Amino acid sequence: MAIKDVLKGLAGFSLGESLYRRIVTPEVEAAIEKIPKPVGSFGYDPWGYNENAVKVSLGVTKWLYDHYFRVTANGLENIPPNGRLLIIGNHSGQLPMDGVLLGTALATNPHGPRAARAMIERFFPTVPYLGNLLNSIGAVIGDPLNCAKMLESDEVIIVFPEGVRGSGKLYKDRYKLQRFGNGFMHLALTHKTPIIPVGIVGCEETMPAVANIAPLAKILGIPYVPVAPPFPLPAKVHLNFGKPMHFKCNMESEDEVTALVEDVKTEIRRLIALGLEQRKEIY
Amino acid sequence: MAARPAQAKKTILVTGAAGSLAKRVIARLHGRYQVIAVDFRQKVETDANIPSYKVDLHKRGFEDIFRNHKIDAVIHIGRFFAHEQDRQRRYNANVLGTKKLLELCRKYFVKQVMIHSTYYVYGASPYNPALLDEDAPLKASEVTQDLVDSVELESLAQIYLWKYPELNITILRPCNVLGPGVRNSMSLLLSRGIAPVLLGFSPMMQFLHVDDMADAVVVAFEQNKPGIYNVAPEDWVAFQEAVTQSGCSKLPIPSIPPVLPKMWSNLLNWNAFFPPYLINYFKYPVIIDGRLFRDTFGWKPRRSLNDIFGYYRKSKLLAA
Repeated sequence: MAIKDVLKGLAGFSLGESLYRRIVTPEVEAAIEKIPKPVGSFGYDPWGYNENAVKVSLGVTKWLYDHYFRVTANGLENIPPNGRLLIIGNHSGQLPMDGVLLGTALATNPHGPRAARAMIERFFPTVPYLGNLLNSIGAVIGDPLNCAKMLESDEVIIVFPEGVRGSGKLYKDRYKLQRFGNGFMHLALTHKTPIIPVGIVGCEETMPAVANIAPLAKILGIPYVPVAPPFPLPAKVHLNFGKPMHFKCNMESEDEVTALVEDVKTEIRRLIALGLEQRKEIY
Repeated sequence: MAARPAQAKKTILVTGAAGSLAKRVIARLHGRYQVIAVDFRQKVETDANIPSYKVDLHKRGFEDIFRNHKIDAVIHIGRFFAHEQDRQRRYNANVLGTKKLLELCRKYFVKQVMIHSTYYVYGASPYNPALLDEDAPLKASEVTQDLVDSVELESLAQIYLWKYPELNITILRPCNVLGPGVRNSMSLLLSRGIAPVLLGFSPMMQFLHVDDMADAVVVAFEQNKPGIYNVAPEDWVAFQEAVTQSGCSKLPIPSIPPVLPKMWSNLLNWNAFFPPYLINYFKYPVIIDGRLFRDTFGWKPRRSLNDIFGYYRKSKLLAA
């Protein structure tokens, strides 16, 4: 009986182990190995990032990246291998698949992998398991102090300045940039951080929404409830990273900042157009 | 002090002398300074030349110590933990006692005061950013009535800090202090064979060995740079990982609705190690930035997280 239990245990272990090996491929291990990110003695950082969790999640998203969304990434060489950085892109597709794919592209960048941080809504930490899970793979609540401290410790932050205006928009508005918040530009100016603009093409088609059930969203206390496919469709995704943009400004008025934000928006528009040109087929 | 010979030792009053931290601080200061030990719980057994008193800070007898000794500095560590007394008595001892202490310090021209506070004052909230600076708002009283005394003690000390610079007040806000002899909730929890954890919540935490904290108190005392400082290492670990590393088995407690874990805690009388008012601290992170203290005083903890958890692991093995 005891021997049987031991064998069972061993079988369970090796199955878990082989599954782990299939997810966390040597390629993924090597990428994490090269990421210039300081962590504490148990592999955590102050925001809850955890190396072991990142390995598994990167293994999963890398598979999605390669085989499901078949991502083409251009301009990865524009991303500096170290130092603080803001990645600014267009937001779309109801679910933040664009953030996931951007993060995967950055973490597996052959020119120097980076662990990118994403800003999430403030209600996530109150959700059991999900809050910790998101923290462990690098997401943090979008608090200005978090951004400031992260940039000061040379982290990479992904920001979608359109926020839910971008991700929640309907299919008929695809690739139309919504209003950009100015927050990211204040961060870039205050913490002297270069901006990498990125145009994301394909995510709009992963979850084309025909309508938003606003009253239901209101009842549920979430930003939107789209009438859309129940899961992301396998659209081909094109990522075009631009050259680093450096900004200086005395910030004497908000209009000045808005003008700089317009520059970034223009560049992202160009990168989106480039992606749309490159794209031969949607799915 | 022209009246006294130049080589005269400074006299330091240390409160909470029966506690593990104060004991260590006294051991470090003894010899170089004249130490006076005070505790409200018991008359502490000390070395021959350390006067020791059992006295309540907010009672009249306390002033006699100031009358009988020329006290140069006070290190105020003594505190009722929330599990030791009811709210009213705790408030009297912690807040009114500290008020009395600070008044006496003014009256008897004490030249330096150190206040041992806690990171609890920041409050545990899902909206907390990580690496809180010393100027972050103190939201603990928002979380629970039971931490009001911690926050008020702090505000009191801060008022004196700005109003009476001659007192040279230094306020230290350490993260979780752990180690042999430490009787705070976290230490009691990790000493247990079975430790309750909240299902689905494992907030980031910081831990400091009590020996390192004692070094921090002494270094801040000797350099005397008044102000408010977080005291924490540059290392972080998730709570449930800390529980596992300390050799505890986890007892998962349903975490929603929030009233459920509080109910369990009350029902099973877990007030010492998993008190209802600390539930939020087992749920949401309060990560403080200890950079200012480390840079100002050139202090660095010498014991790793593994050293700290190792103590709890070993003491369990010895008990088994």
